[in-house]
Amino acid sequence: MSSTLGNDGITEVRSTPSEVRPLLELKDLAITFDTANGEVPAVRNAHLTVMPGETVAIVGESGSGKSTTALAAIGLLPGNGRVSGGSILFDGEDITNASEKRIVELRGSSIGMVPQDPMSNLNPVWKIGFQVKETLRANGLPYSTQDVAKVLSEAGLPDAESRANQYPHEFSGGMRQRALIAIGLSCRPRLLIADEPTSALDVTVQRQILDHLDRMTDELGTAVLLITHDLGLAAERAHKVIVMYKGQVVEAGPALELLTNPRHPYTQKLVASAPSIASRRIESAKKLGVATDDLLAPSAEKSDSKDKVIEVKDLTKVFKIRGSWGRSTDFTAVDNVSFSIARGTTTAVVGESGSGKSTVARMVLGLETATAGDIRFDGVDITTLGRKELFNFRRRVQPIFQDPYGSLDPMYNIYRTIEEPLRVHGIGNAKSREKKVRELLDQVALPSSMMQRFPNELSGGQRQRVAIARALALDPEVVICDEAVSALDVLVQAQILNLLADLQAELGLSYLFITHDLAVVRQIADHVAVMEKGKLVEQGSTDEVFDSPKTAYTQSLLAAIPGAGLVLPPEAA
Amino acid sequence: MTWYVSRRFLQLIPVFLGATLLVYFLVFSLPGDATAAICGERGCTPAVVTALREQYNLDEPFWIQYLLYLKGVLTFDLGTNFSGRPIAVIIAEVFPTTAKLAVMALIFEAIFGIVFGLIAGLRKGKLFDSTVLVLSLVVIAVPIFVLGFLMQFLIGVKLGWTNPTVSGDATVSELILPAVVLGLVSFAYVLRLTRTSILENVKADYVRTATAKGLSRKRVVVVHILRNSMIPVVTFLGADLGTLMGGAIVTEGIFNVNGVGLTLYRAVLNGDGPTVVSIVTFLILIFCLANLLVDLLYAWLDPRIRYA
Repeated sequence: MSSTLGNDGITEVRSTPSEVRPLLELKDLAITFDTANGEVPAVRNAHLTVMPGETVAIVGESGSGKSTTALAAIGLLPGNGRVSGGSILFDGEDITNASEKRIVELRGSSIGMVPQDPMSNLNPVWKIGFQVKETLRANGLPYSTQDVAKVLSEAGLPDAESRANQYPHEFSGGMRQRALIAIGLSCRPRLLIADEPTSALDVTVQRQILDHLDRMTDELGTAVLLITHDLGLAAERAHKVIVMYKGQVVEAGPALELLTNPRHPYTQKLVASAPSIASRRIESAKKLGVATDDLLAPSAEKSDSKDKVIEVKDLTKVFKIRGSWGRSTDFTAVDNVSFSIARGTTTAVVGESGSGKSTVARMVLGLETATAGDIRFDGVDITTLGRKELFNFRRRVQPIFQDPYGSLDPMYNIYRTIEEPLRVHGIGNAKSREKKVRELLDQVALPSSMMQRFPNELSGGQRQRVAIARALALDPEVVICDEAVSALDVLVQAQILNLLADLQAELGLSYLFITHDLAVVRQIADHVAVMEKGKLVEQGSTDEVFDSPKTAYTQSLLAAIPGAGLVLPPEAA
Repeated sequence: MTWYVSRRFLQLIPVFLGATLLVYFLVFSLPGDATAAICGERGCTPAVVTALREQYNLDEPFWIQYLLYLKGVLTFDLGTNFSGRPIAVIIAEVFPTTAKLAVMALIFEAIFGIVFGLIAGLRKGKLFDSTVLVLSLVVIAVPIFVLGFLMQFLIGVKLGWTNPTVSGDATVSELILPAVVLGLVSFAYVLRLTRTSILENVKADYVRTATAKGLSRKRVVVVHILRNSMIPVVTFLGADLGTLMGGAIVTEGIFNVNGVGLTLYRAVLNGDGPTVVSIVTFLILIFCLANLLVDLLYAWLDPRIRYA
């Protein structure tokens, strides 16, 4: 699937003649941050070599020091960070303590960068063309309008000349990332640092962008230092993979070798839980002694039973978009969508951003009114509920949202956060509520000592557990997870998915899982509905959809999963 | 854009009507007879009082008085004050002085506030930053009349660098000291606002990207940090211009500047209704225009804001 993949890569690494000098070499690199609590080591003894024209990936979870290591190479550590040991060699030159002037010279022209988040990495107040132009100019290259347009069109931006006159907010995420790639490669650097270049994009866009980046760096002979949390993506794109964990390089080697034969325990864990490689469904029910045949075909058996907890029929949502002169145009965000959720099962709604999947979730939650169609919860149409009935309905259907940082009130401690829904619905007295909160914390595997802590003291995974505990406080029948695990690292993601599966088996919950991540769907869902531009294009049991996708759109989504093309011996997964 | 600006101008009409009505009503409700204020201690003969009541329509009910006033304004006749001088002439006389003072104060607070704020923001936690922060806090905390008299005494009287008070001509050099005093508090706010805004933007991802592109530090600061940081500062400065144009009663009082503030203050003391209503209305219109200017500047600074 990719020209840079596999055995070619390995042989290339091995056959590199010894007289070729490494382009970038980090030796025993140590980086510390000065914080209010003293010095905190962020990276220790990091070893890394990038040969000219080679693609090397650093893989690790957030906080592993992978970005810090790469940023140190071009002197872009944040203000309180510094290199406290070891050395950085660029093309044989020691730039560990290079002068500001020398570093400015190297940046852009010798070492380029493609940053992580296309939404925040372009200055919103300057035109795209201007931001390309100043790059060319600062590095002593010709910077006429044609030069700018050429750079942008090389990065795959259509209609570059007129696009250059637009501002970043007039670009989609994928186009912005193309602009950033254009900037990063505009001065033909010999090394490109790509820091999670596509993690903020939809899978299909991600694939296009990475393919393009591959082609361009191949043609230009640029070496790439790719930073990613996605092991599948790293293996697919890089010759060599370096795994970092808690500031240290724990394993390094040719991509496929590392995947098939991980030596370090952390790498083994990472390989085992990488969603793009693991393709089996989480089987927690087994542990609880549920009959195995039931588990093997949950959707097939339950879907023909009449017990549908949620039935959505011909659901449509039309938004009015304000135009000029007070006119408004209609935008159909959700178009005639029908699906149902059988009690005790998980239905996933998959789609790219803008497909209308979150609007569906909001309507099922009763947060948004439907323009047409009906939503039946336990046979009752929720669009006709009165205030009081709606209040009771909310008790039985609870949400878990994507952003574990934004969905908890920072001023509420954990106890108050989880207790609030109980209090609002007037359940029990102070004493029984405290007991309930303890139980809930126990269910989500958090110690009860956590009750007095505040959200900012918790990690992302812990926060998401708190959000789950809060959603479960009212003993709901249905839990709606809107991208509930997409902000989490793979290992934490796997833990949370396991927790959700356990809770489902234990409490008989039904889940509506809204996600853009097909790898997650495969792990948790019984039933999948694929949405594209507001329409439901395909639905069926998870196995059906994954094994024999019917529409071209679903096929392209599946093909775009990073690592989908990797063939691994079964024991590795 | 044209549509947006014309709509904003149309909005001035209800603002104008509402403001005049409210101010007119407040003046109307003042206790005491307006003619007593004109006649002063010695009093007037009943015939003169009757004539005055006739001239200023004081015997008519409130609505008639108000409508007559509006009619005058719409025909560009602001009427006369209680000493018989046309109000339009008075405004034309005092407003240029206030405008000059306001613009000078604004220039002072903008330049020094932004420059000091920028340096403080870029050197967070260093000596310059801490010193400037403490000093700005002192300026904000000490009442303006204390600072005014202090500077008048030190610079005007002790050092003799400038006249302690402003003459009738109100030359630019005479107005420097009052302008600094007038702009001092806003200077402290502009400084702090700029500093906070710079601190936020320094950490922005696009600043890091700009650095990674190979731009010099100077260019990163000026092109990528400063412009983005100016958005809240410009909002503040624009609103401040409106306030400054309204004249500063205290500062104009200390330095004896014959400006709008002092004139308005005297008119209020004398119960001179027509003058108060006209000047206040004039100031409200200026304030609205200053705000419109801010909104347009805002759109220029931040292209994400588009008016339709």
